[in-house]
Amino acid sequence: MSSVGASSGADRNGDAAIRFAAVHKWYGSFHVLRNINLTVGRGERIVVCGPSGSGKSTLIRCVNRLEEHQRGSIVVDGVELTDDIKRIDEVRREVGMVFQSFNLFPHLTILENCALAPIWVRKMPRRDADELAMKLLSRVKILDQAHKYPGQLSGGQQQRAAIARALCMTPKIMLFDEPTSSLDPEMVKEVLDTMTELAQEGMTMIVVTHEMGFARQVADRVVFMDRGEIVEVNAPAPFFDHPQHERTKLFLSQILH
Amino acid sequence: MEPVAYVREAPEPEDPPPTLTSGALAWARTNLFSSFGSSLTTIGFLALIGYLLPQLAAWATTRAVWSAMDGAACRQHQDGACWAFVIAKWDYLRFGSYPVAERWRVDVVEAIGAVLIVWLLWTNAPRRAWAALLFFVVYPILALVLLRGSSLLGLPFVDTLLWGGIFVSLVTAVVGIVFSLPLGVLLALGRRSPLPVVRVASVVFIEFVRGVPFITILFMANNLLPLFLPATWAPDRFLRPLAGIVMFSAAYMAEEVRGGLQSLGKGQYEAALALGLNYPRMMGLVILPQALTFVIPGIVNNFIGLFMDTTLISVVGMTDFLEAMNNAIKDPVWAGPTIMVTGYVFAAIFYFSFCYGMARYSAHVERILAKGRK
Ligand SMILES: Nc1ncnc2c1ncn2[C@@H]1O[C@H](COP(=O)(O)OP(=O)(O)O)[C@@H](O)[C@H]1O
Ligand SMILES: [Mg+2]
Repeated sequence: MSSVGASSGADRNGDAAIRFAAVHKWYGSFHVLRNINLTVGRGERIVVCGPSGSGKSTLIRCVNRLEEHQRGSIVVDGVELTDDIKRIDEVRREVGMVFQSFNLFPHLTILENCALAPIWVRKMPRRDADELAMKLLSRVKILDQAHKYPGQLSGGQQQRAAIARALCMTPKIMLFDEPTSSLDPEMVKEVLDTMTELAQEGMTMIVVTHEMGFARQVADRVVFMDRGEIVEVNAPAPFFDHPQHERTKLFLSQILH
Repeated sequence: MEPVAYVREAPEPEDPPPTLTSGALAWARTNLFSSFGSSLTTIGFLALIGYLLPQLAAWATTRAVWSAMDGAACRQHQDGACWAFVIAKWDYLRFGSYPVAERWRVDVVEAIGAVLIVWLLWTNAPRRAWAALLFFVVYPILALVLLRGSSLLGLPFVDTLLWGGIFVSLVTAVVGIVFSLPLGVLLALGRRSPLPVVRVASVVFIEFVRGVPFITILFMANNLLPLFLPATWAPDRFLRPLAGIVMFSAAYMAEEVRGGLQSLGKGQYEAALALGLNYPRMMGLVILPQALTFVIPGIVNNFIGLFMDTTLISVVGMTDFLEAMNNAIKDPVWAGPTIMVTGYVFAAIFYFSFCYGMARYSAHVERILAKGRK
């Protein structure tokens, strides 16, 4: 059932950005991902939602190998993820990630946070890396914070800095794991606006979020997960207006009141 | 009855805080004279200090003997320190039995070391990376060549048997500090390694060393090390306790560093990995700078402990500063009741100034780091 909507018309051929095929994962004996089949096309925006503990974070963390899957295959940008550390590095260079708790490096300024990976991973000269970082910081509208430390910024500013840091690696794919969940309500919008802009520029994105307004406006498809499996996948309008599965209906009724 | 609704019409004025909450007087009032009991304690201690301090000062200055050829003058002025003794023995206390004609080499090594350390520790100094390179790579080689001698440079060989005094204490402390921190970091990382062999080896080393008194380690380094190594490169008599002190200090350092590593959340590792940093870069650029900063006080405590422990290398036959002082005190020419007290007070001042300096410096660095990050 999960495979029905999983491979959309967008990208059935070998040129997908991410392809999960029959992926399973266990934590000890706990079956956290069950038979995940999902193909994300280039430039596609996927929103993943579902109850807490349903495996959403685990799913996207498998994409850059922060977690490893035990069965099935995950191909990212044409590279299959295995134990081969070279391939993992290759994938991580092309995949940016934004975390719920920002995870900026508190001992470095915002600018240094952003320039770190370009310098050490992409071997970019410091001057160029700084320039790139400043460009992206101005894009997420916190250029004036460049020389401050993360602890001196508001939550919304920190999350935008984290987005800029990921973008400095010029990734092909961006993963967002509940980027607005730990923000005060008045700061959610500034982060969502940044993400919307990014989507409009054609970035391939997987976003775990419960911001349904964002999902409606930005997503190409919405994926609903429950108990480690993909229950329903659909375009946002039919997904929200005519959910098919009972579990989807229940979940939507709970979060939309 | 209070009305249900309320709208402010005029702003509330901003008032200054009530009487004396800042300034020296306020500080004294809250800290020294907050109650009758605390006032009494304060006055009592002030009286005690007022009585003792002048006595001590007079003992060390006006009543002290500053110049004499032997102990006779000091035996006559038993109510003052015998600084003449320290002055007469100063060269021996600094160099031990290092040949007199070659002592300039020690002076050069100490002077260069002092300049490099100030450069390295001065937080606003320019090009500190250069200072680090010079101090950690060039300087040890230079110091070794100068102190031991080199036929290439025409410097006569000086056996470590003849080394002694303050410079031996300083060499021991610097070698211990410079090598024990990196080794401790490696051990701490080894302890968390996914490879069982590395992990077990690190744990065994750390726990063994921490479970044994330092003197035992020194004896083992002194007597066991030569057994393990081929006779041709039998380690030098000074090198053995140096190896001992590095190993001993590294085990404690590893535990400090482990504490620092544990205080970092998983998120920092994940963010570094997600950016594509490999293990050495993740550790070197993201994890260790934070982990080590957290445990600066503990690390400096270990350095201070190490500095004190340098006095124990005398049990394996090295003449450190304290041992040199012991030897000097035994000189019959300077026999007298005030010699021993003077000698040990001087030694105490020596050790105290170094250790207190380290403690102050670490507090200074912590303040700077705290200011930067809030
Ligand atoms: N490292 C782990 N070890 C064991 N169980 C885990 C671990 N990480 C997550 N889990 C469990 O796996 C399930 C899915 O977690 P997660 O993917 O974080 O869910 P979600 O992001 O949808 O809330 C949860 O029940 C969680 O308790
Ligand atoms: Mg989650």
